[in-house]
Amino acid sequence: MIRFENVSKVYTRGARPALEDVSVDVQRGEFVFLVGASGSGKSTFLSLVLREHRPTRGRIYVAGRDVARLSSWRVPKLRRELGVVFQDFRLLQNKTVYENVAFALKVIGKPRSVVRDAVPEILDMVGLSGKEKRMPTELSGGEQQRAAIARAIVNRPQILLADEPTGNLDPTTSLGIMRLLDRINSTGTTVVMATHDDEIVNEMRRRVVELSDGVVVRDEASGVYGERESILPEVGRSTVLDTPARGVRRLSAIRRPGHEPARAFTHGEA
Amino acid sequence: MRFQFVAGEVAAGLRRNTTMVVAVVLVTFVSLTFVGAAALLQTQIGKLKDDWYDLVQVSVFLCPTGSMMPTCASGEATERQIDAVRDIIDTELADEVEAVYLETKADAYDAFTERYPNGYQGTQLTEDDMQASLRLELADPEQFAVVSDVLTGRDGVELVEDQRAVFEPLFRTLNVATLLAAGLAGVMLLAAVLLITTTIRLSAVSRRKETEIMRLVGASNLFVQLPFLLEGAIAAVTGALLACLGLWLAVRFLVTDWLERSVDWVAYVDSGDVLAVAPFLVLVAVALAAVSSVVTLNRYTRI
Repeated sequence: MIRFENVSKVYTRGARPALEDVSVDVQRGEFVFLVGASGSGKSTFLSLVLREHRPTRGRIYVAGRDVARLSSWRVPKLRRELGVVFQDFRLLQNKTVYENVAFALKVIGKPRSVVRDAVPEILDMVGLSGKEKRMPTELSGGEQQRAAIARAIVNRPQILLADEPTGNLDPTTSLGIMRLLDRINSTGTTVVMATHDDEIVNEMRRRVVELSDGVVVRDEASGVYGERESILPEVGRSTVLDTPARGVRRLSAIRRPGHEPARAFTHGEA
Repeated sequence: MRFQFVAGEVAAGLRRNTTMVVAVVLVTFVSLTFVGAAALLQTQIGKLKDDWYDLVQVSVFLCPTGSMMPTCASGEATERQIDAVRDIIDTELADEVEAVYLETKADAYDAFTERYPNGYQGTQLTEDDMQASLRLELADPEQFAVVSDVLTGRDGVELVEDQRAVFEPLFRTLNVATLLAAGLAGVMLLAAVLLITTTIRLSAVSRRKETEIMRLVGASNLFVQLPFLLEGAIAAVTGALLACLGLWLAVRFLVTDWLERSVDWVAYVDSGDVLAVAPFLVLVAVALAAVSSVVTLNRYTRI
């Protein structure tokens, strides 16, 4: 369904490539997690599938089309086979939930009757029936993401791309979104999801493709998120950290003849 | 569905950018009024010239019946007199005169009915009211004096007229006015293009989110850009229609109602001429909007 053949992408000449010699084959109906640190190339991967950019080298096939050689005027047709959801939902704030989902059909010229049938059905599927008339600001984060997912799949795309769809959500809400994506996947839609959420990846046990600096470093079926890099480098005792700070209690003072004994320093005194 | 959607988007866009849209309407209105004025001035010049004007420089009017000129004492110019005049032209004026045309009374009547289909100042004239003439094309238009000296006073010749002397200063004035109007129109048109460009850009930026979603769900390029194109076109065409209305009112009240009553021997531009110019003005407006849109949209709503 999606095939990358030795794909490299360089945004500005001379810069480090965002993707380097990436070969990945995603089958129809698969669920794939794309993991890796920020800047590892996950978003570039998705934008190449969407044909927002062309690869610098290599071939990309999406839904049977050679994306790199696709002429601009055929791109809309490709994108109708793709649904996309983002971390920040990207709902139109001046439209209701219903209008947001209907918008995706209207702008590709679907007849009114199709819109009237498809939108309530899809809103029901994502669990938003009864909230058609709400504005996005009146929805919780999870509900907003459900509306965004409804918009992405209302045209029944073959592939759903999700760029950190749970990035703005709490763990419980994230789980609900994952169940929804899983259900969409079970209807035969191929799902590719870029994520940082190790709990979700570890729990779902689906195929994991890990990118690091634009290179595929791991591609395993039923994988886990893998080792996280620790936040701070591990260090032993360092002179800086072990140097006593000011305000340390001094227990004894040097006595000098003819002088009052100095008062012991106590915590907080100079 | 498509039509309704696009119409809704256009209406929303026009509402959101009202001040800019009004500015576009006014600038196209003013610029196209100048374009129209230039066109009408040229039409007026065309109306003042008769069929011979561009072809010949000298008209030799032959004696009609009842002329008081001494050379016409024998009445209407006879064939022999005309032949004699032509002989003189062919011999004495061979160097000066390039070509000679004879306009008979019948020819003159045809030309007259074509120019004044409803009669002249309320009177229907007949062929007998017309005057035959010889029309001379000169090798050098400055040589009128020589030709006039030779032909004036010949039998059968009533009057030798350098027709350029009458109209040339007026035409020069009208041409200068045309140039002025066209120049101003050019500047204003440039302003219009820049303004339409800015308006479309503002509109595109304010609807960035919508267009981004449209791109992602696979709306065609045309569908994404059409609302912006139409916004620019509607504003520009409104300006053009206002310009047509302004010109029509100006012609109606300044020319037809006022000038024509004061100086009534001249054929003036009328409302019909404004109507003839109008489609051209609307076309210019559409072209303006199209050029501005192409320049802007490829930058701001690229797939």
